[in-house]
Amino acid sequence: MSAAMPAGPAGRRDPAWAGRVFWLLAAAVVLWPLLVLAEFKPWLLLSPASLKSTLRFLADFLTPRLDAEFLFLVARETWRTLAIATAGLALAWLIAVPLALLSVRVLSLSGLAGRMGAAPALLRFSVRAVLVVLRSVPELIWALVFVRVVGLGVTAGVLAIALTYGGMLGKVYAEILDSGDTQATTALLRNGAGRLQAFFYGLLPTSAAELTSYTVYRWECAIRSSAVLGFVGAGGLGQQIDSSMKMFNGGEVSTMLLVFVALVALADRLSAWLREALG
Amino acid sequence: MTKPGPLFDARCRACWFLLALALLVGLSFWSLDLQWTRFFSADAAARMGRFLGELLSPSTDLKFLGRLLPAALETLAMSVIGTLLAAVFGLLLALPASKTHAGDPARWRGVCRLLLNVLRSVPELMWAALLLIAAGLGPLAGTLALAIHTTGVLGRLFAEAIENAPPGPGFALRLRGIGEGRVFLHAGLPQLLPQLLSYTLYRWENNIRAAAVLGVVGAGGLGQMLAFHLGLFQMPETSSVLAAMMLLVLLVDVASNAARRVMSR
Repeated sequence: MSAAMPAGPAGRRDPAWAGRVFWLLAAAVVLWPLLVLAEFKPWLLLSPASLKSTLRFLADFLTPRLDAEFLFLVARETWRTLAIATAGLALAWLIAVPLALLSVRVLSLSGLAGRMGAAPALLRFSVRAVLVVLRSVPELIWALVFVRVVGLGVTAGVLAIALTYGGMLGKVYAEILDSGDTQATTALLRNGAGRLQAFFYGLLPTSAAELTSYTVYRWECAIRSSAVLGFVGAGGLGQQIDSSMKMFNGGEVSTMLLVFVALVALADRLSAWLREALG
Repeated sequence: MTKPGPLFDARCRACWFLLALALLVGLSFWSLDLQWTRFFSADAAARMGRFLGELLSPSTDLKFLGRLLPAALETLAMSVIGTLLAAVFGLLLALPASKTHAGDPARWRGVCRLLLNVLRSVPELMWAALLLIAAGLGPLAGTLALAIHTTGVLGRLFAEAIENAPPGPGFALRLRGIGEGRVFLHAGLPQLLPQLLSYTLYRWENNIRAAAVLGVVGAGGLGQMLAFHLGLFQMPETSSVLAAMMLLVLLVDVASNAARRVMSR
């Protein structure tokens, strides 16, 4: 076989050559209509009209606005973004904990004897369905709805985060509790402990670190989404960025973006440090 | 060496943590002027109820559905192209951002990681709002926004994957004096491809959700329709748009799961 192989450049060619070219061509055929649908014309970015406004905006970007009055405003809005995320997550936690407890399979008494009874199984299924619905509507849409119904303001942002993150936390809490080491819990339940007792002394200690670290991670995500919610009028840094952007004030946007990136980086560090301390 | 005081042993650290947490939460609620009375008044509850009631009767007008379909396809196209661009650029940035073997100087590692972090820490919607200035209203801004944010996310994940790949095959090729580029193509890529594809699929599932709402700031697709009809309080149309979004997300999840199954076979 090796003797039949031609020497020279052809002998050294890529053995996976045919497959790679085929997949690239197939991808191009599928992609073409998608590119048309998404009106993907990046050269528009280089048209003189848009290039001029982009360059002017970018030039503004290089000189962030740094006077005391504006920095004070930015500091206040940054705190509000943080506060919306924290308050929203606190409420989400209040929603998530009871729902997660209701839907944990390990804490089922009838489940100890083999199959869970019909009524408890139905209850757990419906609680999970509620969590999935809460989670599957993005917080931005909750916020849009609240802003339309009740008006602009931070309350809409806090509630939007509370509902979406309540669903996320509840579902993941239940999954963490169900997938951990359940031996201690079942032993307690079999020996006549109450369900709350079994939870506090069996289930919680084995998965507390994981639960906390997931919550801290979600807090970090909530900061990012609370800034995004500002764009639909729910207060905080996002709203300021949006209004500065509408006035094409590159200097202000640049300051606030820098502050926002720093805030996210800080939350990232803090959450990594906390998770390490816990793990 | 002095023993740490009782204030800093494990139990008290937990107390400090809880105290700080309580303070943060308390200050947050105190400093925000939350208008619960306005939210939970009878009037607001009634309006909310009516609002949700109207949401339950989606519009099935054929002419409207005829406009809904292109918007849904546009959203789908935005998510696919955004994710693919991000996979390509993420890989291009992940290569210099990773230290592939002990002798690799990895000069650009710090700079590339910093860049990826910045791209990642600004959310898609904010990128879209920024790009509207350069790209104008429409799906192009949304696609680029998805691509930029996802490049940050995927680049970082790819870099981790490249650094954690088993070094054997690459070492064997490198020993024979083969250049870095070809080492990656013939040793790195075949090993990593399943993992890279699975990360990309995971981000696609994320991006279809993001693409659906991106339009709210004017970046095309279903989100733009949603903002339009919700702004005019046209509830039946809003409801149809929301249903289309959920259906699209579901379809993408199914497609992505199918792709995963095909790949793992």
